[in-house]
This record gives sequence, structure tokens and C-alpha cells, in this order.
Amino acid sequence: MITKRIIPCLDVRNGRVVKGMNFEGLKDVSSPVELAKYYSSCGADELVFYDITASAEGRKLFTDVLREVAANVFIPLTVGGGINTLEDFDRVLKCGADKVSVNSGAIKDPDLVYRAAKLYGSQCVILSCDIKRKDGEFRVFAKGGREDTGMEAISWIKKCVSIGAGEIVVNSIDTDGVKHGFDIEMLKAVCDAVSVPIIASGGAGSVDDFISLFSSLPKVDAGLAASVFHYGEILIKDLKNELDRNGIPVRLV
Amino acid sequence: MVAIIDYGVGNLFSLNSSLKAIGIPSIVTGKRDEILSADRLILPGVGAFGDAAEKLFDTGLGELIISEAGKGKPLLGICLGMQLLFDKSYEFGEYKGLGLIPGEVVPMRGVIPDDLKIPHIGWNSLIVKNENGLFTMTDQGRFVYFVHSFYAECDDRYISASAEYGCELTAAVSNKNVFGCQFHPEKSGDFGLEILRRFCSKEQET
Repeated sequence: MITKRIIPCLDVRNGRVVKGMNFEGLKDVSSPVELAKYYSSCGADELVFYDITASAEGRKLFTDVLREVAANVFIPLTVGGGINTLEDFDRVLKCGADKVSVNSGAIKDPDLVYRAAKLYGSQCVILSCDIKRKDGEFRVFAKGGREDTGMEAISWIKKCVSIGAGEIVVNSIDTDGVKHGFDIEMLKAVCDAVSVPIIASGGAGSVDDFISLFSSLPKVDAGLAASVFHYGEILIKDLKNELDRNGIPVRLV
Repeated sequence: MVAIIDYGVGNLFSLNSSLKAIGIPSIVTGKRDEILSADRLILPGVGAFGDAAEKLFDTGLGELIISEAGKGKPLLGICLGMQLLFDKSYEFGEYKGLGLIPGEVVPMRGVIPDDLKIPHIGWNSLIVKNENGLFTMTDQGRFVYFVHSFYAECDDRYISASAEYGCELTAAVSNKNVFGCQFHPEKSGDFGLEILRRFCSKEQET
């Protein structure tokens, strides 16, 4: 039976993971390789590495780190952050990424989604979308949620799926950081509109939030979170056991 | 030495790394002499069947793989590499495969219920069908990582394992020294590495 995926997201700046805490057995809390191994052993189904570096040197460090992670961790790896061109796809795929997530890059140049899907296959192209309610609609925001693009989110997602986006990360700015649960209403609107896998992001604060996500929206395929995992507020092993107990199919390790 | 066959399709970094991680010497190559001298062959692949088959036959690697497998050399096809082991595929047309396992590759659409998403993507559990291939009955229910929209239809005797996704989809196949995994062992955690290890313990058949 196909299982729901639990995906920790790691922000990387200058080759180091930005937030993190001391887990048992972890020597270096900001080592991407150590953390990736730790999460993989706890049952994470995929990992997302988000490159928040601005400089060229930082980019280089990021790809070095990615190569090292891919040489040591054997679960699917997604890379996001600073993906604006096909060369960016090529750069991270060569270093061991399995999927590439585009956000602002697709907003600037939607054709990037089409070209990347044609070259690498739709399974490789993830559209990540930061969405906020504005003027009575779901609105796409760019630049890490700072800039209103004026685009309505559902039609934007439909468009990207039609030109090749293989999975969608729906990140609700309205619930992000609040830790009161995923944005069920927004996610439902996306689930009803497209038939590609949907990854819910933004708002996870407790194990119950994941249970209610998957129970109320069976069409959501995965839940993504960052700080609740990094700060040890939710342990992936406990989370998956609880989901299993609630009849939600997960891969137990 | 395991030769990971490079014919310009897909990203071979993870596969090569996974063999390194289990201490198996490997080489990523499209060179004839290196493929001839390898003890075992892995045929990877992502993307569309037609493009991949064309590249394999255009480079002459297709014939080379057929003749090496014919000599009894262990061969493992992964994902699209598994699909290429069959006679033909109906992915966006009709294309000839390597013909090492009787059967054909067909779309999931129309076979699985309409409400299930395509591609079949994520971790799914194995239903072990027989122990002729790389699996034993104790592997029942182990999880592996899939990404595919087409699947192989063949006689039950070639199916080592399947996975439930609206119906039973072919997950792994074998025919003597030729093995195939629809899923990605190099992305299936410790169990995936174990499958690669088992393949690498297969000796040339005589």
C-alpha cells in the first residue's frame, strides 16, 4: 500500500544547516550530512534541502554538501532555493538531487517548468508555492513570501501542472509559523484542482496536526515541516507510530 | 566490478554512491571493453522509453547488453532500465526493448482506478511472489521507493514481487540471470542497499 510521506526540510546557508538542536547521537547539529543521516534513520521518507545562500561561494559550498549527503543517504532528495535556470537544475541534479523545487524562478519564467520537465521528466520538477489569502482569493507570493505577485494561486498551480510540474508543495503563509495546524481549506482547494501529488507545508505544530491533515484530506500525499522536527518538538518516529495507530498508512522503520 | 551502464539517460551519481556505500567496486561507463570485463551490469534509466531505447541501440550498447546477458552475466535493470528488459513498450508510441524478459510495458492509466494519482510515486510495500529473484518471503511488506507511470505486464513466473496500487503492479522481475526492479533500490534506504548487495552476490550463470 502506498504510504503518506513525512518530509523534513533543512535550510542551508553557507554549507551549514541554519536551525537545529542537539539530538541524541548527533555530533554536529548544523552538519547537513549528520542531520540527513539522523532523519533518514528515524524514518523520514524524503529530505528537502533549501539553499538560502545568496553568494556564489555559498552556492559552491551547497553543492559540495549536497554531493556528500547524496553519497551517504539513500532516500529521495529534493533541492530548492535559487533555482532560476536549466543550468541550476543541471548543477544540483549532477550532485545527487532527485527532484528540484522551483518557486520564484517559475514565477519569473514559467517556461522553466516546461523546459525542465521536458528535459528531466515531470517527476523531477516540483512547484513550490507560497500562498496567502488576499482580497478574498488565494494569492501567490514571491521572494519567500514578501512580494505579492497578484496571481491567483489555484489557476497558477493548474497552469504549472499543465506544463509539467510533477508535484506541488503548498506552503500557506497564513498558517506558517503559527503551529496551529496545516491550512486545510487552502490545501483542499488545491487537491480539488489538480491530480499530481500534493505536499502540505506550513502550520505543523503537533502530531495531531498531521493526523488531521491526512484524515481530512486523503488526497494530500505528504506533510513537510522544518522547525518542529529540528527543535525536536515532534520526533519522526513517534509521529509515524501515531499516524499508523490512527489508520494512516506510513512506512515504519 | 559492477558496470553501471551510461548511455546518456539519467543521473547515476546516487546509484554509484550506493554501491560504494556497500563496498562494491563499480564504474559508470558506456565503454565496450569496460562492460565486457565487468562481472555484473546495472542498466539504470529515467525518462521516456522511446528515447532511452533509441540511445541504447544507436550506441550499440543494446546489442552488447543482450549478448552479455546471453552469456549468463548478471544484469539488473532499474526503473526505466527494468522496463527496457522487456520486448516492447507502448509509452507514447510503440518501441522495441531488449527482449530479455518476455512481456511488454503498458500505461497504468485505465488499469488502476481513476482516482489514484499517476505517476505512482512514493514508498510502497512489496508483495513477494516467488524467491527466484532477489527476494525471499521474509521480505514481504518491506517498503521501497517508486516513481513511474507505466508498468510491465508479463507472465507470473517472471514476477518476483508486486506492489498494490489499485491493482497489483509489477515491482520486480527475474529471468535466470536477468533481474529488474521497477522501484529505486538506491533510494530505498537500508533495504534498497540490501537488494543491491544481493544482486552483487549473484554469480555468472554457465
